[in-house]
This record gives sequence, C-alpha cells and structure tokens, in this order.
Amino acid sequence: MSKLAQIDLSPPNSAAEEISAYMAEQEKKSLLRFLTCGSVDDGKSTLIGRLLYDTKLIFEDQLAALTKDSRKHGTNGEDIDLALLVDGLEAEREQGITIDVAYRFFSTPKRKFIVADTPGHEQYTRNMATGASTADLAIVLVDARQGILRQTRRHSFIASLLGIRNIVLAVNKIDLVGYSQEVFDEIVADYQTFASRLGFNTIQAIPLSARFGDNVIGPSENLDWYKGPALLQHLETVPLDSADTARPFRFPVQFVNRPNLDFRGFSGTIASGTVSAGDEVVVAKSGKSSRVKRIVTWDGDLESAGEGEAVTIVLDDEIEVSRGNMLVAPEARPEVADQFAASVVWFAEHALIPGRSYILRTETDQVTVTITDLKYRIDINSFAEVPAKSLDLNEVGVVNISTQEPVAFDPYKSNRSTGSFILIDRLTNATVGAGMIDFALRRASNVHWQALDVDKASRAAQKDQKPAVVWFTGLSGSGKSTIANLVEKRLSSLGKHTYILDGDNVRHGLNRDLGFTEEDRVENIRRVGEVAKLMVDAGLIVLVSFISPFAAERRMVRELLCEGEFLEIFVDTPFEECAKRDPKGLYAKALRGEIKNFTGVDSPYEAPDDPELHLETVGRTTEELASEVEKLLVEHGIIFNYDQSSWSI
Amino acid sequence: MTKYLTHLQRLEAEAIHIFREVAATFSNPVMLYSIGKDSSVMLHLAMKAFYPAKPPFPFLHVDSTWKFKEMIAFRDSEAQRLGFDLLVHSNQEGIEQGIGPFTHGSNTHTHIMKTVALRQALDKYGFDAAFGGARRDEEKSRAKERIFSFRNPQHSWDPKNQRPEMWKIYNTRVAKGESIRVFPISNWTELDIWQYIMQEEIPIVPLYFAASRPVVERDGMLIMRDDERMEMLPGEVLQQKMVRFRTLGCYPLTGAVESGATTLPEIVSEMLVSRTSERQGRMIDKDEAGSMEKKKREGYF
Repeated sequence: MSKLAQIDLSPPNSAAEEISAYMAEQEKKSLLRFLTCGSVDDGKSTLIGRLLYDTKLIFEDQLAALTKDSRKHGTNGEDIDLALLVDGLEAEREQGITIDVAYRFFSTPKRKFIVADTPGHEQYTRNMATGASTADLAIVLVDARQGILRQTRRHSFIASLLGIRNIVLAVNKIDLVGYSQEVFDEIVADYQTFASRLGFNTIQAIPLSARFGDNVIGPSENLDWYKGPALLQHLETVPLDSADTARPFRFPVQFVNRPNLDFRGFSGTIASGTVSAGDEVVVAKSGKSSRVKRIVTWDGDLESAGEGEAVTIVLDDEIEVSRGNMLVAPEARPEVADQFAASVVWFAEHALIPGRSYILRTETDQVTVTITDLKYRIDINSFAEVPAKSLDLNEVGVVNISTQEPVAFDPYKSNRSTGSFILIDRLTNATVGAGMIDFALRRASNVHWQALDVDKASRAAQKDQKPAVVWFTGLSGSGKSTIANLVEKRLSSLGKHTYILDGDNVRHGLNRDLGFTEEDRVENIRRVGEVAKLMVDAGLIVLVSFISPFAAERRMVRELLCEGEFLEIFVDTPFEECAKRDPKGLYAKALRGEIKNFTGVDSPYEAPDDPELHLETVGRTTEELASEVEKLLVEHGIIFNYDQSSWSI
Repeated sequence: MTKYLTHLQRLEAEAIHIFREVAATFSNPVMLYSIGKDSSVMLHLAMKAFYPAKPPFPFLHVDSTWKFKEMIAFRDSEAQRLGFDLLVHSNQEGIEQGIGPFTHGSNTHTHIMKTVALRQALDKYGFDAAFGGARRDEEKSRAKERIFSFRNPQHSWDPKNQRPEMWKIYNTRVAKGESIRVFPISNWTELDIWQYIMQEEIPIVPLYFAASRPVVERDGMLIMRDDERMEMLPGEVLQQKMVRFRTLGCYPLTGAVESGATTLPEIVSEMLVSRTSERQGRMIDKDEAGSMEKKKREGYF
C-alpha cells in the first residue's frame, strides 16, 4: 500500500478551516489534459481504468457494477476488466472496443487531470482527433508484442499536426514479453526514428503493464532495469506551457450584448495576450481602431484580463463590430484574407473534392468556402507528399481554400484558437473535416481582376436581353438536349443571342482529359460553370445541357453567378423510361457492367430540391416542354419586347 | 494553457463561452432547469454569461409531479429572486392516467413523466437548443457525450455517430426539427460543483443539508415520505432520521443518506470520504446495465 500513500484520498477532518485549506490547495493545482491513443488492443482503456482504479477514484457501487460487467463482457477470465470502466457505450462493451472518446477526471496531490480515452480503430480516427484537439500531451500506447503499427504512426502524426508537443511512448503489455529490456529498447529506437520528423519537444518512453499495474503509478520490481519515472510521476511533473502573456491580444467576438440603448458590449473569450482598460484595440476586418472603455463581468469591472478569460468589452465609440470579427492589438494584427493554405483532416465517407464548396467555421466566424486546390495528400506511413485528386475518410492533406468573405486568423502554429477551423457539409450539416491554417495566399500572387469599361450590362443592353444560364439537369436520355435545342431555335428566331453548352460536345474538347469518376465530374462542372459565366458576362443566354448529378456542383455554379442569373431546370424522366429510350445504347452497356460510374446505375443522381422549373416529361411533347421554358424566361425577365404570336417552331 | 487562471476560473470561463455560443447561434434556446445543485450552478453561470443583460432564453422545468415539495418552493423563489422566465411543463396525459412510480414502477414513470414530457415540451415550444446540467464524471455513457450533442427530430441520440468536436469550435447547425442538447458543465466534477457553490455562495435546495426527516427503508434505500401518496407496505416503519440527499429527483426514486452534515464544508468532507458515487442514490440508473444510455437514446437528458 505504500505506493498509494502519495494519492489524494484522505481529506482532513471535517473542521471547516481544514476543508477550506484543502479546497484552496485544490485550486492551486495545475491541470494537464492528455489523451491515450495507439492501435486497437494496445490497452488504452485498460490503462485509464488502471489509473482511475489505483488512484482510488472508483467508488464501491461502480466497482460492484464493474465486477458484474467483467463477468458478462470481460476479456480477462475471472479478473476484472478495467477497460469496462471507460468503455461506456453498450456497443463498446459488447464488442470489446472503443468507439468514441471518453473523458475522465482524476487528481493527485500535485495535479488535476482530464484524460481523453480515444479509439484505436482507423474508422474512428475523427474521434481520436476530437480528443487530441484539446490535449497538451499524448500517451501513445504500443503493444510490446506488436511494436510500431500503422495506427501508432497515424495517431502520432495527427497529434503532431494538432500541435501536441509532449509524447509518452507507453510500451504496454511488457509482462507478455517477459519484461524484456531488449524488446523495449528496440521499440523505442523504432519510434524515435520516425518521430524525429514530427517536431515533438519531449518523448518519454516507459515500459509498463496496464493490466498488472507495473510502472503505472509507481516503479515496478519486474522492471528494475528501467531507471526513468513511472507513468503517473511523469504526468505529474512534465512541464506545461504556461500562458505566454507576450503573445498579441486576440479577442474573437462571440456575442454582442445589447440589453438596452445605454449598453453595448462585445462578449467573448480572450484567445491570447492581455488587455487593459484604456488600451487601443483594432477591429481586425475593418482596421478601425478604438479604445477599451470597460472590461465588464458579473463580479465587477476588471482593470485587465488575459488569455482564457470570458469577458465583455465595452469600447469608447460606436464602431461596427459583429460576431466573427476580432478585437486585436494594433501593433500585431492577424491576417485578414479570403484565400489561404491549410492542412485538413478529413472525417467523412464522402471524399473532399477540389471545387466543392463547404461551410467553414472558426471559433466564432462562419463563411462559405471552396476548396480551390488539393496540393497533396500526406502518406501516413512515409509522411511523403502524394499527389491526389481527392481526400478520403481519415486522410490528411494540404489544400488551398478560397472564402466568400475575408476571415481574420493567425497561423495555427502561433495560435491554436485563431488558426483552426472545421468544415461543414452544406446539405447534411455534418462536420466533415478539421483544418489548421498555414498561411494566407497573397492577393499579389493571384491574378487581379482587370476592371473593364464595357461591362456585362452594356453588352446585354445591346442585345436587348438579360444574360442568364439556363441549366438543364437530368438523367442521360431524359431529353435535356432535345428541349434545349428547340428553346434555342425559338430564341434565335426572336433575335436573341444564345449558346448551347452540351455535355457530350464539351467532353470532346475542353474537358476531354476528364473521365467519369466523382472527382472528374466535379471538375467537369466547374469548368463548364466558369465558361458559362464568361458567356453571361458577354451578354448571352447560355443553355447548358448536362447530367450534372450532384447538388453541390449545381449550387457551386449558381454561386458563381449573380442573383437571378442561374435558372435550374430539372428534366424529370424516370429511370425506367430513360433506359427504355436509350438513344445512345448507353443504358444497355451500363446495365451489363461495361460502363462504370453511370448515373442512375452505379453512380447517384441527386434530384434538385427546389429548381426554378420542374419538367415532368412523360406524356408531353417537346414543344409543350419548350414553351414552359420560354414562359420561365419571360417570368424572370430574361427575354422581353417580343410578340408572342411570332413564336414558331 | 494558462497558470493565471485557477481550475474553477477555467471551468467557469469554458461554461460561459458555451452559453454565449448558443445564444449567438440558435434561434430558440431553452435551459432545462431541474432545481438540483447542478442546475443552481448552471443558473448562476447563465446569469454571469450575459451580465448586465438577463439570460436571453427561458428556463424550463419538466415537472413529473413527484418532486420534493421543497424543490418546488425553491424553484419559485429563485425565479422571483433572479427574474428569469420560468416555464413549467407536465405530461397531462400521464397525470390523467395516474402514472406514478409506486403504481407503475420507476421505468414507466421516468419514461412517461420525464422523457415523454420533455419531448412534448420541446416540441410544443419548438426549441432548437436545450441546455442540460449533465457532467461527464457522473456516468459512463455521459463521459462519452459531446458538449454539443446532436438530436434528430425524434430527439434521440446516436452515440455511434456523434459529430467530431474539435477545439472550442462547435458545429451548431441543425435542420428544421433537429436540435442540440448542450452541456456547459460537462468537464466539472462533483467536487468542482461543491467548491464552486461554496466560493460563489450559490443558494441550493435545503434537502442537500442534513435534517431530521421521515424516511422508510425500501429496496435497500432510505425513501423520504414527502406526502401521503406514499403508502406504507406491510412491515415498513416510518422513522425520523438525520438524513440528506446527494442528488435530487422524484422523491420516491431518490435515496437519502444518513448524515450529520449541516454545512457546506461538512458536505464536502463527507463526499471526500464517501465510497459510493452520487448516482448510487438514483433508482433510475439501477434498472439495467446501460440504462442511462438507453434513456438518452429515447430523448432523456
């Protein structure tokens, strides 16, 4: 029991002063947030269970439940299975694996700890990243019998990417290799070889047995050759990064507090630096400056406040500041840009594809973005930069991102709070990725827009029409091109200036380098969208006839254009009907498996939710359908000054 | 990481940040107010987060009609003292059917009078975010839950498919009918709660302090007979005992502990030497293994 003496379990007597003294001591303790990671079955949950158990944080009723659980789900025969203390979901206990991150809390006389127990399976990498994003230290577990595995490398890499600088390499199950120093040394050497490139400040390697408790909270006789600290001693003493008060002041505005006309305060949490009443501050996005009049809290106004404090700042004057903006130090301002390079970890089944647009969220800002370029993917094993067309689930890559509005940020390396973001799918609202900003892409390095004297409006006026893109989407063989052709003939006869972009024709020229994978389809639409945009700029009515199966790309084109310039027409012909018509014999081939990625067969078609026009074609003539399109163009003011009787076929 | 702030100051700042995030991004949030000590702390934090304004959302109490009388009195006096907007909802169909823990058992009672009642209230007012006072140190399935916990239109939790929650960036986007449960004190422990109550002098229901109360021993628990709806079973005796409660809920489902702790330091002292967890006094967690997770999937908090 002597090794337990150091653990915080016997509070003083019930006298009020002693309790207060005890509480004051609690308050002085520093906090270490860490996670356990590594491959499946390396014993992460067991290790945490062991730490909680040995630091006497398991209550009697929990222990009774654990004993019962161990008999039902345990993997240690008659012994209790400590992993069941943390694997809290039914599915986890049944399958004996960890699916999602669990947060547990414990403390010793020296420190308080929040530990995130993260899953080892590759498919749950996003949950590991969730745990790592708020941690100061990572315990990377390795099964002494297995050595360094793919997940050991992946997790170490993600920990490094997320800015964790302290690693404990816990060589677990050392009992199963006879407490061998040789095995331990070999694993440590292996790890150091590849981790040398990950920029960790400290790597403390510890041989241990989570199941039997060797070297967990105290030294073990079985490991007398090991002279370093036991795990808990190391966790209690590893130096923490203290707040660097020299870092520039950053205050992301979260909420504008305006209960009445006399009070207007900006609420938020200070991301870095300090601020005092009377300080000059600058609004990051507008560059306007003001002075701090008051720092308001419920407990009274503060003279000054620093990193981590949630306060409300009142400024001297009524300058414009809203959520998503930042109050910053005037002498050290953040970047404000609408293009930047970032590392991204991808969390979704549906791949990241350049050209797609997503919602980007920083701590308080939200903006629509497009991934303009996937520069490379990072190979988890070799850390090599690999060219890639998409980023799949759990992959890491470096991208360029273009935002619809400028955002204020710092590089992630200098500020984890103001340099991070998540990406959200626009349809499902799922969190599909997490990113760390590397640097802004300078406008100077991009092509500047040339301001031209003759503009879109003047070119359109000359043609007596309003330019627009009329976008026909639908399955192959649904009748898109046939309808578009007839509409163009009629418009031409009215003296309107038109052009048809047809899927098949464009693929013979502009897009002949593209195939039919999802990535290529996205690029196909992006190019056509850009061409259509130039034509609209030239004043034309552009009829686009493309299958364009994905809602995200159709929306991307819509957003390229101005309000009212994009008219989406859903040419709705049931699959069976298209397959029956099969004008090019493609359905027959696809159904025989001779064509891959054929829309409606083995590639999805996402029907528009809210098109400007929904054309159900079955039982109707091309003439009727074309007339409906013309009616739409009149309604939207695309064509005017015409005589209806002059319409002819 | 900062040494400038104490542990409690950090927890407080985190909670305030979460409160503000919800107020800034949801159109119709609500705070679930259950009257217990965690709710008292939440209420205090909400007052702090929006000072000098009042919290820009109402407080909802789902009343199972079986709460301790002292809880209801405390609720009403707090609403008056702080001037927050209090909504009370009970499941009327449940009341008409006479659902209660003695007649229908804890499972049915909890489901109809708490879980279903909560869903009714959320649907009735169309809340898109609801604050709850759950803590990760309370129970194994809670340790797994995000701070912003997504619910589908049926209010159910899918533990195997939670949104990643990176840094302090919360994905608050929901479609119509979907909602998010938000837990600002996720990272607090029971000790933190008591310490904060002491430090901030936050009022709590007197039932947390020991007093002489009428109790009956039933199923290994000491149940306080708070009104005549509790009938004595053969062999049972009503006794006056010095007891207090570590958690509060429906009185027939909440076990008292024998105690002489009449002050906060004494409560903390007792807690520190205790060998059982606070939820042990709750019948609801005992029905079956994984019962909390199951209830959460059904829409319970």
